[in-house]
Amino acid sequence: MAAMASVGTSALRREGPEKLTGRALYLDDLDVPGAWHGVTVRAGVPRGRIKSVSFDPSFPWKECVVVTAKDIPGKNVVTLIEPDQPLLADGEVRHREEPILLIAHPDRAKAYEARSRVTVEYEPLPPVLSLEDSLSVKEKIFKDDNVFKSFLIEKGDLKGGFALADFVVEGEYRVPHQEQAYIENNAMAAWEKDGVLTVTGSLQCPYYVVKALKVLLGRDESKVRVIQTVTGGGFGGKEEYPSMIAGHAALLALKAKRPVKIVYDRHEDMAATTKRHPAVVRHRTGLTKDGRLVAQDVDVVMDGGAYATLSAVVLSRGTLHATGPYECPNVRVRARAVATNTPPNGAFRGFGAPQTLFAAELHWERISRALGLDALTLRRRNLYREGSVTATGQVLRESIGASECLDLVVKRSDYEKKRKDYDLWNADPAKPTWRGIGLSVCHHGAGFTGSGEVYLASRAAVALTRDGRILVLAASTEIGQGTNTIFAQMAADALGVPSDWVEVETPDTHKVPDSGPTVASRTTMVVGGLVRRAALELKAALDAEGGRVPKTRADLKKSAAALCGREPLRRFEVRYEKPPEIVWDEGTYRGDAYGVYSYAAFAADLEIDRATGEVRVRKATTAQDIGRAVNPRLAEGQIIGGCAQGLGWALLEEPVYKDGVMANAQLTNYVIPTSLDAPPFDVTIVERPYSRGPFGAKGVGELPMDVPAPAVAAAVRHATGRLIATIPQTPERILAALAGPEDA
Amino acid sequence: MRGDARSMRVLAPRTPAEASRALAADPRALALAGGTDVMVSWNMGLLNGRTVVDLSRLPWRRVRETKAGLELGALCTHADLRRHPDVRARFPLLAEACATVGAAQIQNRGTLGGNLANASPAGDTFPPLAAYEAIVRCVGPTGRREVPLAAFFTGVKRTLLAPGELIESVLLPAPPRPWTRSLFRKVGTRAAQAISKTVFAGLLRVEKGAVADVRLAFGSLAPTVRRLKAAEEFLRGRRLDAEAAARAADLLGLDVSPIDDVRSTREYRLAASRGLLIRFLKGD
Repeated sequence: MAAMASVGTSALRREGPEKLTGRALYLDDLDVPGAWHGVTVRAGVPRGRIKSVSFDPSFPWKECVVVTAKDIPGKNVVTLIEPDQPLLADGEVRHREEPILLIAHPDRAKAYEARSRVTVEYEPLPPVLSLEDSLSVKEKIFKDDNVFKSFLIEKGDLKGGFALADFVVEGEYRVPHQEQAYIENNAMAAWEKDGVLTVTGSLQCPYYVVKALKVLLGRDESKVRVIQTVTGGGFGGKEEYPSMIAGHAALLALKAKRPVKIVYDRHEDMAATTKRHPAVVRHRTGLTKDGRLVAQDVDVVMDGGAYATLSAVVLSRGTLHATGPYECPNVRVRARAVATNTPPNGAFRGFGAPQTLFAAELHWERISRALGLDALTLRRRNLYREGSVTATGQVLRESIGASECLDLVVKRSDYEKKRKDYDLWNADPAKPTWRGIGLSVCHHGAGFTGSGEVYLASRAAVALTRDGRILVLAASTEIGQGTNTIFAQMAADALGVPSDWVEVETPDTHKVPDSGPTVASRTTMVVGGLVRRAALELKAALDAEGGRVPKTRADLKKSAAALCGREPLRRFEVRYEKPPEIVWDEGTYRGDAYGVYSYAAFAADLEIDRATGEVRVRKATTAQDIGRAVNPRLAEGQIIGGCAQGLGWALLEEPVYKDGVMANAQLTNYVIPTSLDAPPFDVTIVERPYSRGPFGAKGVGELPMDVPAPAVAAAVRHATGRLIATIPQTPERILAALAGPEDA
Repeated sequence: MRGDARSMRVLAPRTPAEASRALAADPRALALAGGTDVMVSWNMGLLNGRTVVDLSRLPWRRVRETKAGLELGALCTHADLRRHPDVRARFPLLAEACATVGAAQIQNRGTLGGNLANASPAGDTFPPLAAYEAIVRCVGPTGRREVPLAAFFTGVKRTLLAPGELIESVLLPAPPRPWTRSLFRKVGTRAAQAISKTVFAGLLRVEKGAVADVRLAFGSLAPTVRRLKAAEEFLRGRRLDAEAAARAADLLGLDVSPIDDVRSTREYRLAASRGLLIRFLKGD
């Protein structure tokens, strides 16, 4: 008899006890013997040309190592998509937090002191500090139009669609930056030994760092090694910037000829590293009088910051989600990412989709007002179902839980009754609060966009050692979301052994193959699928060797010895294979943008203090179709955590930018939710299996981030009669809106 | 963390006189009570090379009944005060305020005296202290003096403490008669661990249908905590109805002058404070 299935059970997080008891150590806690401390001299001006760099002669510089752009052995570039971002500015400075030079000192405090003794003089240039200034092209800071990337999606006949419309509804929506606020700041250490440059630290994507170091140092991939340390959260914030810090640490270590450790403090991390892209989204929507969509014209602009970094792909995902999960025969989506002289924006859970989905979902409130139909009925009339055709012409064939999620949330939140009850409550002037309940429904494509997974050609392996250890070898990182636990569960079930027989190797690029980055809700669905296939190959080999899968550990050891022979281990590696039915044309943006979508609905039930405008979320109800839940408890954790982060973005979080720099780059004044701000959650997991996902799984990591903000804004509108088309919906904005007229 | 412990000198005086002498001798020396504000500067490296005078050996962590009222030692922590039965029973607004300061860890370390000496415009304990008309007892090289709370703060992060002078205790005078109604209300940036956008303490005594005594204090609306003298004056002797409450609230701007900053706006602070004030006066 095979072991009991582990997939579908809530196996405990493998690293949970270590983290809970504080035994898990971040890089800052680890003693790297002989390491010096590295610090970064940053620009301090938003735009300018470097005239001179001077060093205070009273400081003992001989105690330090100083690295400038001239010390770079390879190319001065952070390799990602476009080769435009230098590791150290050389000539022109494009944002205030741009690194200029690096200093290492044996003593941390002295390293900081040294940094304060460097003076950089600039010839100032006029900066472009806002998305609007960038679009006006008063100053050219990127090519002729300041546009990093643009996309166009067209479906049907837009003009013809508007001609059929009984109503045309327009709206403009804005969303701000957001800081990932992971618990551990960015940190990297580097050293060279026997010709191999090793970098270790807090990161999401080990092979991104390898690729960046290869180009920076001009050396062969085999001479670069990247090892993940215990990582205190990522949320996209450790997708790209670790390549920068790893490069800095590597340059200092090579010059100092000793290990160097760079650990950012919270202020530096918040000010310098990537944020969610702010965006302005405009909708012009045509509908028949019974509420059917006939035309959707959407315009998206995102602020990319000073360098291209990931903006093109963030914009792509934003563009592909801009219509919301609704079928419309005639669609145009135009999207641009523009340059500003602010620190580059980058990956953050949801990756462009929360920005455009906020607009698409809140727009139903305006449509509802214009048509005199409630937003729930309108959604039900247009929601994706089996056979729906998306804006890119993708026919949705399976695993479409949008309606089921919406129905569950409407029922469980008592939405329809509360709409009426709260209207009565709000009409009573003696009540101390206003109450509101609002909805949202979102979809989220799992895995890389379009042909992304084909280009990545990810690999993963399962190995059996001669002494009977089963190892999962993948570059997917554990960053708090449960990678290690679910990989073990999936490998175990494929093999038919208990999950505690399976070990998951720490990502180390000298041990694990390139499984692609830990992003895009792809770890379970894509890499998990590879792990399962590799485990099936091992199982086939065991079957061929002994005729059966081992039932006891002793059995396993015997089989392992037989299978390995003289080798220390047998390794079974597989590579991503595109399902044949997925067809995508990158040139026209037509076809299957994603293999499959996950779906979520959310109801925000909230209360606003009439005197102070303070918002208290009374209850969050959500249902999310994520395919088969490999580990329901971890999936629920992702849903609650992601929704709490979404509620933070909706109600509290607002990076304040002044002169191109974040003025509230500390956790004192950049306000994220505490446990007392989090409402009670009612979570239902809907499991519409995906035939191409391992065990039927789809993606879950990002989806929960999409839904809270538009539902909160809809609830605030219900409570106050005011549609606030931006977030966060702070008491300041609410009282200001209340001082103005009720929605026309 | 940019603080460099090796560059700092730490003194641990055994008596108030020793502490005063140490602080008077070095104008850049810093008194350390709970250390919760000191740690912020330490993190930024601003204390490197400075002398720190640790006050933890001084016998100032006790609550004592005196003829005039309740005397709170300057080294009482916020946690001490929020739990203390006499404080809770007789000066509940102060106990409530202490329960909203920072997080539990901050309440365990941060002290009443340290909070006062740091003189943040957003100090949560200050509106209750102002409403209770607290008296700050100071001791220094030239002896002891008693300063009304209203005169203690001289500006943002400034007090009238002279070099070497320390806060020994705070006296809360016993009220002549019980209050009809009292309210502490903090509007922070979130539900917990928040800095105030506006923070209010109000005490009201109604006799024979009219206002006999009223004390209204706001923090975060001016460089220092403010009593609403104009509104209090207007209300005294008046029958409290919705109109009187609204008219009193209209006088708010005569005693406060909030600003726009990273946490909030002038407009919001005024509107929210006005709303709280009316709610308190109407007794909703």
